[in-house]
Parts: sequence; C-alpha cells; structure tokens
Amino acid sequence: MSSLLELRNVSKVYTKGLINAQPTVALRQMSLTLNEDEPTILTVAGESGSGKTTLAMLLLGFIDPTVGEILYKGKNIKSLTGEDRLAYRREVQAVFQDPFAVFNPFYKVDHLLTVPIRQFKLSKSKAETQDRIHEALTAVGLRPEDVLGRFPHQLSGGQRQRINVARALLLRPRLLIADEPVSMVDASLRANILETLRKLQRDYGVSIIYITHDLTTAFHIARSIVVLYRGGVMEAGDVDRVIKTPQHPYTQLLVDSIPWPNLDQQWGEHPIIAREAGGSDPGACPFMSRCPKAMDICKVRPPLYQLDRHQAAACYLHDKQAEVGDERLSDLLPV
Amino acid sequence: MVTLATSRSQANAVPQSTVAALEPSPVLSVENLEVTYYTDLGRARALDQVSFTLRAGQKLGMVGESGSGKSTLALAMMRMIKPPGRIEGGRVVIGGTDLIGLDEQGMRHARLNKIAYIPQGAMNSLNPVMRIGSQMVDAVKAHLPDEPRSAVQERCYHALRSVDLDPGVFRMYAHELSGGMKQRVCIAIGILLRPSVIIADEPTSALDVVTQRQVMETIDRVQDEINAAVILIGHDMGLMAQFVDAVAVMYAGRLVEISSVREMFTDPKHPYAQALISSLPNLDNKGVFKGIPGLAPSLLRLPSGCAFHPRCPNAMETCTAVSPDLLTLANNRRVACHLYDAETVS
Repeated sequence: MSSLLELRNVSKVYTKGLINAQPTVALRQMSLTLNEDEPTILTVAGESGSGKTTLAMLLLGFIDPTVGEILYKGKNIKSLTGEDRLAYRREVQAVFQDPFAVFNPFYKVDHLLTVPIRQFKLSKSKAETQDRIHEALTAVGLRPEDVLGRFPHQLSGGQRQRINVARALLLRPRLLIADEPVSMVDASLRANILETLRKLQRDYGVSIIYITHDLTTAFHIARSIVVLYRGGVMEAGDVDRVIKTPQHPYTQLLVDSIPWPNLDQQWGEHPIIAREAGGSDPGACPFMSRCPKAMDICKVRPPLYQLDRHQAAACYLHDKQAEVGDERLSDLLPV
Repeated sequence: MVTLATSRSQANAVPQSTVAALEPSPVLSVENLEVTYYTDLGRARALDQVSFTLRAGQKLGMVGESGSGKSTLALAMMRMIKPPGRIEGGRVVIGGTDLIGLDEQGMRHARLNKIAYIPQGAMNSLNPVMRIGSQMVDAVKAHLPDEPRSAVQERCYHALRSVDLDPGVFRMYAHELSGGMKQRVCIAIGILLRPSVIIADEPTSALDVVTQRQVMETIDRVQDEINAAVILIGHDMGLMAQFVDAVAVMYAGRLVEISSVREMFTDPKHPYAQALISSLPNLDNKGVFKGIPGLAPSLLRLPSGCAFHPRCPNAMETCTAVSPDLLTLANNRRVACHLYDAETVS
C-alpha cells in the first residue's frame, strides 16, 4: 500500500509583531496519510480559526509548514521538480468556498475549462478538448449546451460551483481538496453538489478532503472525520461514531449546536461558554477555557486516547484508555 | 397560531375588523405588497401580492431559494428598494401606520423606531474607524435628539448587556471583535429604540454552528425582552425548526405556503414545500441526497400559470394556465396550489 499524500508531524505557526513576536499555532503536529489505492472521503471539521483552511493551503502547497514535511508519493512537495511537480499540481486539485470569486467575469466559462487542458497538455486536438470538457460537465450533472459559451454572471451559484468541480475532474486528480464547497449555495443545490462529490470518489477513485464547519453535510458525505480546535486534533475516527456518540466536550458542543430540522430534537442542552479573545496557555488543552468539565490536569495538553478501533479523543476524561501517538492518527480513520 | 391576512380574492369579502375582533390585533400587517424591477431586459416582478400578518412576540421564518424575493421583501418593508426597483403597491402597517404612505422624513423616523433590519453580513456594515459606542450614539441621536447624554449612554449599555456583550465593547473598534460579537453588536443597534418588528436577513450565514447558536439565542432573548415580532429570513430549514413559530415559503416572488412550524415539517402542503422538507438531511438517512430537480425560474420569464409547474411532480392542466390564489385551509394554513382548490375554508 503506497501513500498518495502524507503529512509528517506538520505544524504551522504564524507570528505577529516584530519585537515581541507572538506565535499563533494554526496547526499543531499533524500526521496524516492518505493511501493511493483506497479512495476515501475525510472530513476536517472545526469552527473558524481551528486551522482547517491552513491545512488545505499546506496540502495544496500554497504555504510551507513551519515544522515537518508533506510528502506526495514519497517525495517532499517542496523539492518536487519538472514532471513530478507537474503531476502533483495536476493530481491534487481544489474546490473553494466562493463560487462567485473564482471566475474572471471577462471570460466565458469555457476559458476556465480550456486553460488547464492547454497548460497540462492533456489533449492533442480541439475535438479532444471538447470531448473532455463535455465528459467532465456531464459527470457533474450539467448539460454542456446549457453552460458553455456563457459568462459567469449568467449562471447560478450551484452551476458555477459544479463547473469548478468539473474543472478539477478534467485533470483526473487523485485528491480533491474541497474547502467549504457548499456553504454558499442554496440548500436545494447543496444535495446536488455533495452527490457529485461522492460520485467522484466512488466512480473515479478520487480521494476527497472535505473541509467544513457543517457537521450535517459531513455526516452525510464522509467516511471519517477529524475535529480540529485551535490547530489541535480534538477527536477523530469513524464519522458515524463521532457524530452520534461524541466523546470530547468540544465535539459534544459542536454536535449539540447543529440545528437539526427535527422539531423533537431540542437545540443546545450544553450551555456555551464564551470564547476568550486572547490566546490561551499554549501548553494547555486549547479547549480548556471553554470546557464545562475542565480540571486542573487540563493545564497540560492531553494526548489522544483510543476509545474504539475507529474513535479517539484528546481529553483526560478518557484517560483510562490507551494513548494513541499523534503519528498514528491515520490508523483511526476507516477508509 | 398563525393569523394571516387576506389574499386577493378575500380582501374585500372579510373586513379586517372582524378578524381583529377574534384575535389579538397584529403588530404588523403586510397587504398585497408588490415590487417590480425595471431592467433593460424587461420587468421583473420580484414581489407579487405578498400578504401576511404577525402578532407581537411571534417569530416567522421566511424561506426560499436565492432569487425568490426574500430579501426584496425585507427591503420593501424598510422602504429601501433602490431603482430600478419600485414598490408598485400594497401596504405595510405597523401599529396603525402605513409605512408605504409615509413621507421620507416620516420613514426615516420609523426605521429603527418601529422596524429594525439586520441585513445579511451585518457585521461588515460596522464602520471600521468609529468606536462601536459612537455608532450606537449616532443611531439614538438621530431619533431622540433631546435625550440627555447620560440617558443615551445608559440606553446603549443596556442594549449591549441585552445581547450578552460586556459594556466595555462600547469603547472598542469593530476589528477588535469576533464575527459573532460583531453580529451581536448589530442586533444591539437594532433594538436600541425597542422596535415592534425586527427583520433578520440570514443573520448567521457566515458563522459557524456554535456562534450561530449563540446569536440565535441572543435574538430569542432580546425578542422576549422587548416583545417584538421577528421575521427570520434564510434557507436553513434546521435553523427554522429550532427557532420560529411559523414558516412562510416563497417561490418566484410569491408566498406559496404559510403554516405553523410543526405543520410545515410534518405535513407540508405545497409541492415545493414538500420537496424542500424531504430534501432535508437528518441522522437516519445517511447518504441520501435529494435535491429539488430543475432550476428556479428567471423572474424576467416566469412560466405561465403557477410558476412552479415546470418542476412540480403534481402539475395538472390548470397549473399551466391559472396562477393559484393563496387559499385558506383548515387550521388557518395558507397554500397557493390548485391541489387544494376543493379544501378551501371560507
């Protein structure tokens, strides 16, 4: 089993200020492996500021890790050159949050689809280019004649977002990083886009990292989940287990705050403790200041405790269980 | 629990006073509101004969796809429609005053005083170079120029405390606050003058679930305190289920159904509402994605008859020709659909 993408003990620290530099840890000691021959959908969930977009940027090679390395098929993405680099750029694709911002309003949408084909020299003739575009658009449930030749403003948000998915698909990626792909589209179109993503994984063997704060959609699309809070992993494992029986107080708060469209499921039994504006003690559990069950021992950051083959939580409430090292995070995630 | 005003066909038949005698009188009544946008490509009827009423303390959710007219409704009620849009007709009555009939000066006075609007992405509407306090004082001064300074300040502090913010926020700038705090500042500004109607247009769409819950709990508590009617605009049915008393569904500029929240979720009547409810995710149907097939119609080229008929699984012949009126069914539910023509309660 060879690895497609591997994070080895990656941290990203931002510093602010020149003289009294204050570090902010955006991502802390993350190790994660995605295998080449087992396409899966992994959700990375957390609130704003939890480090989920930092993770996406690292995986896409837009920013460099402060510590640790990111390997693509066994090679550090920073040292990739020539063909390897091109292959990485082609095989790791992204879909971003805002379907309105990624289009250049002066070009027809065809532009967005033909440029990558030309750039990566994927086709030999114009006819082949057209065939590929038609194939990709059909795969995401769009009729090519409906969208080709139009300008972005003539399309709905859902159509535009699906064109973004089609663009990614065109390149036959191995890994798709979807950063909040549905948070800006209507509920009725959300289902279509999620279905498209799942089809990619099932039929085209594309692994997907689905980054979101919306646990409802995460539950429906993903196989496994990693819950982040202030750059640290709070809970990880099988998405069914984590969402139905959350064990970390933070995950419990998140799940409890989902507004389920169900009248008999009351919203919010756990009270919300306001988030402190400043940074907390970097050595402590990051959730300590908001945790209703905080203890003295929480001043030292807890390790992950294994609760089940496919569930672990970083919380001393479970310290009777065996510890799991950060580097074994991937073993907890079912594929 | 939902009292809803009169549709076109019954406006003349049932005098408003008879309804008022039976129920506590509504604090807000919108009657046959119509808005048209005059564009180069033609006229777009963004609101078509929209009528409903709300009582003090009631919470109404307004749902629909983008482009269905939810935000236009909010803007029309605030009389903030800009050209090429125009309010073509109708009334928005709050406490006996018709806002549509007011002059510009009177309307300026009514905003914030009678009706407050928390727009989408409200947190970006705070002035970055003014302290939060100055912005709040400005709002009060514009309405109550004679109120002494200490009283104005006390009013602002009180509003901040109502939304669970430390009065210290009064001296801060917008960039020092988190998204949820900024949103709560906007709510605080909205309730400064204790309006009888608050319109919140997707107040939490940019916030994560925990902050969203905090903001919604704040709106809930503030509403109890000042006993205002709240209109919550959005497309998150989960939020609606947890927050509102009644749900109104809009489609292509028209109200197609208004029901109490329980009836809406257990027994939706309009085929569009049915599709909306059945497309909702829950914990039991993992992996089932059901979207609503088809696309929302362009307001410039509305289908004939009922605007929903090209996407409707139950479309009949009359649907392509006759636009359905908003009928009143048992339990005071209102539906605009030919399927229920026979069930009308007069």
